[in-house]
Amino acid sequence: MQRNKFQWTNIAFQLGAVALALGFTTLVLILADAPPLEAYKNLFVGSFGSIKKFTDVLVAWAPLMLATTGLLVTFTAGLWNIGIEGQITLGAIFTTGVLRVLQDSSAPPTLILTLAILSGMVGGALWAALVGALKTFGGVNEIFGGLGMNFVATALTLWLIFGPWKRPGIGSMSGTEPFPEALWLPQITSLRLSIWSVVIAVAALICIYILLKGTYFGLRLKAVGRNMRSSFILGIPTWQYMMASFLVCGALAGLAGAIQVTAVYHRLIPSISSGYGFLGLLVAMLVNFQALWTLPVALFFAALNIGSIQLPIVLKLDSSLSGVLQGALVLSVIIMEGVRQRFLKAARERS
Amino acid sequence: MNVELIGIRKTFGPVTANDNIHLRILSGTIQGILGENGAGKSTLMKVLSGFIQADQGLILLDGKEVKIHSPADAIHYGVGMLHQDPLDFPPMKVIENFIAGSPGKIIPNAKEVIARFNELQRQFDFTLDPQAHVDRLTVGERQQLEILRLLWLGAQVLILDEPTTGISALQKLKLFETLRKLAAQGKTIIFVSHKLEDVEQLCHRVAVLRRGQLVGEATPPYRIDELVQMMFGKVVSFGGRESYKPGEMALELKDVSIEDYRMRIGPVSLQARKREVIGLAGMEGSGQLLFLRACTGLIRPTAGRMLVNGKDLTGKGYHTFLKNGVVYMPASRMEEGLVPGCSLMEHFVLARDQGGFFVDWEGAQKIAQEQIAGYNIHGRPDSTVESLSGGNQQRTLLALMRTPASLILMEHPTRGLDIESTLYIWSLLKERCSNQGSAILFISSDLDEILQYSDRILVFFAGRVSPPLDAASTTVDQLGQLIGGRGWDAF
Repeated sequence: MQRNKFQWTNIAFQLGAVALALGFTTLVLILADAPPLEAYKNLFVGSFGSIKKFTDVLVAWAPLMLATTGLLVTFTAGLWNIGIEGQITLGAIFTTGVLRVLQDSSAPPTLILTLAILSGMVGGALWAALVGALKTFGGVNEIFGGLGMNFVATALTLWLIFGPWKRPGIGSMSGTEPFPEALWLPQITSLRLSIWSVVIAVAALICIYILLKGTYFGLRLKAVGRNMRSSFILGIPTWQYMMASFLVCGALAGLAGAIQVTAVYHRLIPSISSGYGFLGLLVAMLVNFQALWTLPVALFFAALNIGSIQLPIVLKLDSSLSGVLQGALVLSVIIMEGVRQRFLKAARERS
Repeated sequence: MNVELIGIRKTFGPVTANDNIHLRILSGTIQGILGENGAGKSTLMKVLSGFIQADQGLILLDGKEVKIHSPADAIHYGVGMLHQDPLDFPPMKVIENFIAGSPGKIIPNAKEVIARFNELQRQFDFTLDPQAHVDRLTVGERQQLEILRLLWLGAQVLILDEPTTGISALQKLKLFETLRKLAAQGKTIIFVSHKLEDVEQLCHRVAVLRRGQLVGEATPPYRIDELVQMMFGKVVSFGGRESYKPGEMALELKDVSIEDYRMRIGPVSLQARKREVIGLAGMEGSGQLLFLRACTGLIRPTAGRMLVNGKDLTGKGYHTFLKNGVVYMPASRMEEGLVPGCSLMEHFVLARDQGGFFVDWEGAQKIAQEQIAGYNIHGRPDSTVESLSGGNQQRTLLALMRTPASLILMEHPTRGLDIESTLYIWSLLKERCSNQGSAILFISSDLDEILQYSDRILVFFAGRVSPPLDAASTTVDQLGQLIGGRGWDAF
């Protein structure tokens, strides 16, 4: 009975947080002289209005999920893997590189794609390992190291697009030469969605859920994240575990990059990560270590991103409205969590 | 300032921590509050110092009713509390800690404050360096700093929660002297402890709490057996000393030297045999901690050789020592021993190297229940460690020590535990000694504990290490002298 009551208050607080975020965004819309209801309606119609739109949401959802599940691992280890953007980018670069080398060979496309995606994971993991090594051996905080590596990754992409990998004739911001359709992850007829990216994202979520909940690795990682010194005294090799969490997260980020190349853009473009790394950080903060919640929350965030695409056309509003709503949501959830803790404490003291 | 507590009542869920407590403390008195763990001492003091609010009851200061809502409120009324773990800012300087928390100007006049600080500390013969960093101070010195800070903020009532744990014998003497001076100035001192001898030495009056109720008060001369009976409801006594049957070599040190930025220890040679208990005595910061940590592999010795079970582990890391059966229990529970946010069950899984990839959570549940029962821990398998009381955290630490262990190294194994728990813990440790053949090295600032449970004793003084003394033929007096730096010429 008691437990039940607390569960209801928890749900009430969560709904409160959503209301707070909507309230704030509505205020922003009113200040911008835009009709709020119309805007929300467009967001909804733009993301769930048709099968086509919904599958577009899933196209964005898959890489976002992969980035978020990776971040759950580093968050558990108490690490802020800001460098995830660069890790996605490196995944895309490695994938593109392997595809370019093998596209003219006689190897079967399935093999080429598999190799390309796997090397994307290696690329992401390597980039994350650099951040981890900087932290472990150089004493550079992973936030600063990761931020720096993000810039390097962006520069590397631009150099490749305008340098060695430029299109025949002249390089342009539209990216490298697109790959032949045989080297795309198979798509559903007339839609942009590849069912494979959805399968990979769900599989990643299940693996990470089991890894964090049911294994020694997950438990030790949690301990390292909560108290490194005690974990060391308890016999856990702490820096090796932190490094491992970087590798796992980097591999998943690299996988997201590989999906961006093989299933979405079919080439390397300058902003290949689409900001899913940073968006993933928001999702991971929002779900607060509960792996299964990433599925719906990432879906919601992806829907906001896709839904906002038509705002400029229909309402002359900037599509960054989705970012306002996402940011407001994370902030209000964190605020409400603080309020909830206070409320529970007061309730405990009363009872 | 006269303090009067009338009908204080405080419950936490089903537990009644304070049950209708009436207590009157007159100005200039050193009032002892005695009771075992969980008797309600800390709760009562937290109510008085504003950390928590009582459900019922009144607080009167000099006859006037006051409502204390926060520690800032309390100090405003002149009530200051010294916590068991000093609430200071370790990375900052002494003088910055002194200034922090004081109301007043935006830019403090450092020179003037330092002068005031030195003037204040001279009154009590403290010798703190205002420019020293707090993390370099001992617990005793941090306590002195906290006393000065509270006095500067205008404290008329000083509450001290277990102030003699973790400080050296000499610092304790100085603390008592200080408290007597303050009482003579008309300040009210409330001294919370479970140490009978401290209360006996210091307090003008004693109130005894048991299970949330005030069971009695006493004035000198105290009858110790009476106080013990009030505290526990029955008389407990220490068991007789048993002679040990030493086994093979568990730990051998050959001319080991250890150094840190303050101190150089050794060269020390020692042979600890299986089933032997060696107590490490000394003022805090005399080198015993460095020595113990070197035996765990956390600190590498600068010279000499270390053998565990005959195997040379010189220069190896902590985890290698652990694999070779060296088990270590640190003193700071939440910083070095336990992981906040993890449950008891998760701790037991972490501490056991079962191998494999997946955790058997059902088995873990069973193991956790066994350990909880075996070590008398008040908690459930899914309780997080930070929700446990200090004594239960301590028992959890003991339960987490791996078995089998050939060498057990402990810092203050029973700090913060009441007499009954202490007896219980030591009976478990002794059992480990005789059944598993573990050797034990432990640090304690409690001389009685050292004499009671050790077979041999090493005394540390300013980095010097005495030869092993036979505990059976050593007296408290001898030990006290050595700790204080006298009688070393004999070695």
